[in-house]
Amino acid sequence: MNIEVLKTVKMFVGGEFIRSESGRTYSFCPFNNIEYARVCGATRKDFRNAVDKAKGGFKNWSSRTAYNRSQILYRVAEMTQGRYLDLVDNFVEVLGMPEEAAKEEIQKAIDTMVWYAGLCDKYTQVLGAVNPVNSNYHNFSTPEPMGIIAYIENENFSFVRLIDHIFSLLCTGNSVIALLNKENPIMTTILGEIFATSDVPAGTINLLSGDLEELAETIGSHMEVQGIYFQSERKDLLAKIKLLGVENMKRINNITSKTTQDINRVINFVEVKTVWHPIGI
Amino acid sequence: MKAKIEKKNKKIPIKLIKSSKKTSGIKKKTKKAAKKVTKKVTKKVAKKNTIKAVTTTKVIQAANVKTTKNTTKTKTKSVKKGMIFNYAPAPESTKVEIQSKYNLYIGGEFVSPRTKKYIPCVNPANQKEISQIAVAGKEDVNIAVENARSAYENTWSKLTGTERAKYLFRIARIIQERSRELAVLETLDSGKPIKESRDVDMPLVAQHFFYYAGWADKLDYLIPGQEVESIGVCAQIIPWNFPLMMAAWKIAPALAAGNTVVLKPAEQTSLTALRLAEIFSEAKLPPGVVNIITGEGETGAHLAEHHDVNKIAFTGSTDIGKLILRNVSNTGKKLTMELGGKSAHLIFADAAIDSAIEGVINGIFFNQGHVCCAGSRLLVEESIKDVVIKKLKRRINQIRIGDPLDKNTDLGAINSKEQLEKIKMLVELGKKEGGEFWEREGSVPKTGNFFNPIIFWDQSGSCTLSKTEVFGPVLSIMTFRTTEEAIQKANDTNYGLAAGIWSEKGSKIHHVAAKLKAGVIWANTYNKFDAASPFGGFKESGFGREGGRMGMFPYVEVK
Repeated sequence: MNIEVLKTVKMFVGGEFIRSESGRTYSFCPFNNIEYARVCGATRKDFRNAVDKAKGGFKNWSSRTAYNRSQILYRVAEMTQGRYLDLVDNFVEVLGMPEEAAKEEIQKAIDTMVWYAGLCDKYTQVLGAVNPVNSNYHNFSTPEPMGIIAYIENENFSFVRLIDHIFSLLCTGNSVIALLNKENPIMTTILGEIFATSDVPAGTINLLSGDLEELAETIGSHMEVQGIYFQSERKDLLAKIKLLGVENMKRINNITSKTTQDINRVINFVEVKTVWHPIGI
Repeated sequence: MKAKIEKKNKKIPIKLIKSSKKTSGIKKKTKKAAKKVTKKVTKKVAKKNTIKAVTTTKVIQAANVKTTKNTTKTKTKSVKKGMIFNYAPAPESTKVEIQSKYNLYIGGEFVSPRTKKYIPCVNPANQKEISQIAVAGKEDVNIAVENARSAYENTWSKLTGTERAKYLFRIARIIQERSRELAVLETLDSGKPIKESRDVDMPLVAQHFFYYAGWADKLDYLIPGQEVESIGVCAQIIPWNFPLMMAAWKIAPALAAGNTVVLKPAEQTSLTALRLAEIFSEAKLPPGVVNIITGEGETGAHLAEHHDVNKIAFTGSTDIGKLILRNVSNTGKKLTMELGGKSAHLIFADAAIDSAIEGVINGIFFNQGHVCCAGSRLLVEESIKDVVIKKLKRRINQIRIGDPLDKNTDLGAINSKEQLEKIKMLVELGKKEGGEFWEREGSVPKTGNFFNPIIFWDQSGSCTLSKTEVFGPVLSIMTFRTTEEAIQKANDTNYGLAAGIWSEKGSKIHHVAAKLKAGVIWANTYNKFDAASPFGGFKESGFGREGGRMGMFPYVEVK
């Protein structure tokens, strides 16, 4: 008789697979209530460490050319296609999804990756402008990434939504710390492995599993987090985070929309910079 | 021959005035045209003023009063002497009627406040009371918001974009026609030099209405692939440094998008906003579309926290901005914040030094330094520090401080006594913290709120004046050795509103501009504004943009 190897699912931070600094894990039982794996519980310090890594990630990722970012995100789509069967297995075993539905969900997510991959070198053209000012100046406005964005996942797992939201942040050059939900924390490893093998610079995307209630204060008050994309249903924690976020004027957004592949999502986490220069001889 | 010249002279003004109506703003015209147009404007204003019936009226005029009749006389005289041109009347000869007190503009009418309270308006240049403004209480705020709501539901949101555009275009035109009167009033009320209110503020006010008018019927082109709609009632709270300009920046895009507005100007400078209210009535803007309520901070708080307000747009200090945010962050209201700054102004050794010096002067002394994006941190490449300080001193000594109504005045009055005290306090603190400082040689007028420009250098980056927004004519100078150090020092602030770069090397400018964390970058220039150009900050300088296409985003919602 084969004994199944129960593994501890690690988190993905700074390009490495790590356990919580506290060593804390919890048992994860999916829909069928049979223990599936042990999962790390990120602490406040884990979040702060992730911010440090994300800082390096932002520096690297945002200074890449748009063409390069585009190719790397497309590479992520390629690698996801390669892990197609793993993902199908995961959705069937963990979420209890019918196989056909799982396949459809994954294919849609891959399409979304491709959509955002192609947006990297276009969003500045779509949203930017050369402004016809009333004097002899060359004046142009371009959107640029904000920095480190914390992404808080909804309690109901949806792979398409997760990919859509993370990619809307990544395509412009932001780095992301995502707190995944408790319904499918296994994603930290599967997605982490996909990102780790796709040439995404270390620290650009960081995936944590843990308890939002415990982390909310740290996320809301961290001075080096520029924005929070909040998708959890916990409105009380959103209120708390919004209040804490005032201190460094975090851009906090909790808009949910049913559509994917949405330029409006990109607008929420970019800053517009306008440059003036005289024209003359 | 003489008759011919006279005939020619008579013809010129008409032709020029006509052409002036085609182009926007007085700025673009030749000097010749400007002079003639001025005369026309003066005449018009004078005419209007006589028609208008006002309860109690003070006419503010400078000593050398010239009525329009007199001007015409001098004209014929000078023509006889063979002079082709006449001097334009001094700006201060424009008659500006100021009522002894002003009520709240709600539902298209001026109504007395339920509070029955009025507070004085003071001319900061001589500390004299020029009028009184009403203080709106909670009840008044409620009435104003109700009016805005009903105008939104019943009128404004039902108009087509083109109809809204036509109202805004009409408003822009009236502003242009009354711009001299508005400029004089602005200067009387705020203490800013007439040179600036006439040549910068007012043209921009008109341009903002003109620019955003055109967006009203092009909302489908705003965000590619997205259908957008208006938000509802907007509460707009504006500061005292660019009173009418801020009103225009706020009102024009809000109306273009189809929203209605309750505006609260700063209590120090409400008069031009109330004059704008008259213009709205003159343009027959439907009642309630814009309501202007005056009062102090409490009025603003009532407005921001009103349950039926869908959007808050605030311009002011970061402290007050944060206060508002904490109070309303969980109400679901949409927000835009234009807050403070401590903008870095970088001069590289390869810059055109004399141009850079002019840029620095404009950067920190424009509007007495009461500019949120003022270039208050000067970062100079170490090798040129001494020459920059030497040239700065010489240039600062040439600054003319005095009567804001004098068109030669460079630096007017500090907006309020409180602000003057605040500047003095910060400067005293700065002096104690070490380093060197130098004050402009020469005196400033004894009466009125005047302050002599001062520069500091050799202070550490952690000193008060290197960190704190002073909002006055106070410059802090630091040095750097490498480009990377310059970028790092420039970004070493919680603010991120603007920055300046002086260098003759294009590649360096683009490199630095890309790395600076600021919403507006002026390369080889400073403090330039335009209705078509987005303005707004990164980090704690706020969020949202004003001006340009991006300036419409905060006033629409994606369907």
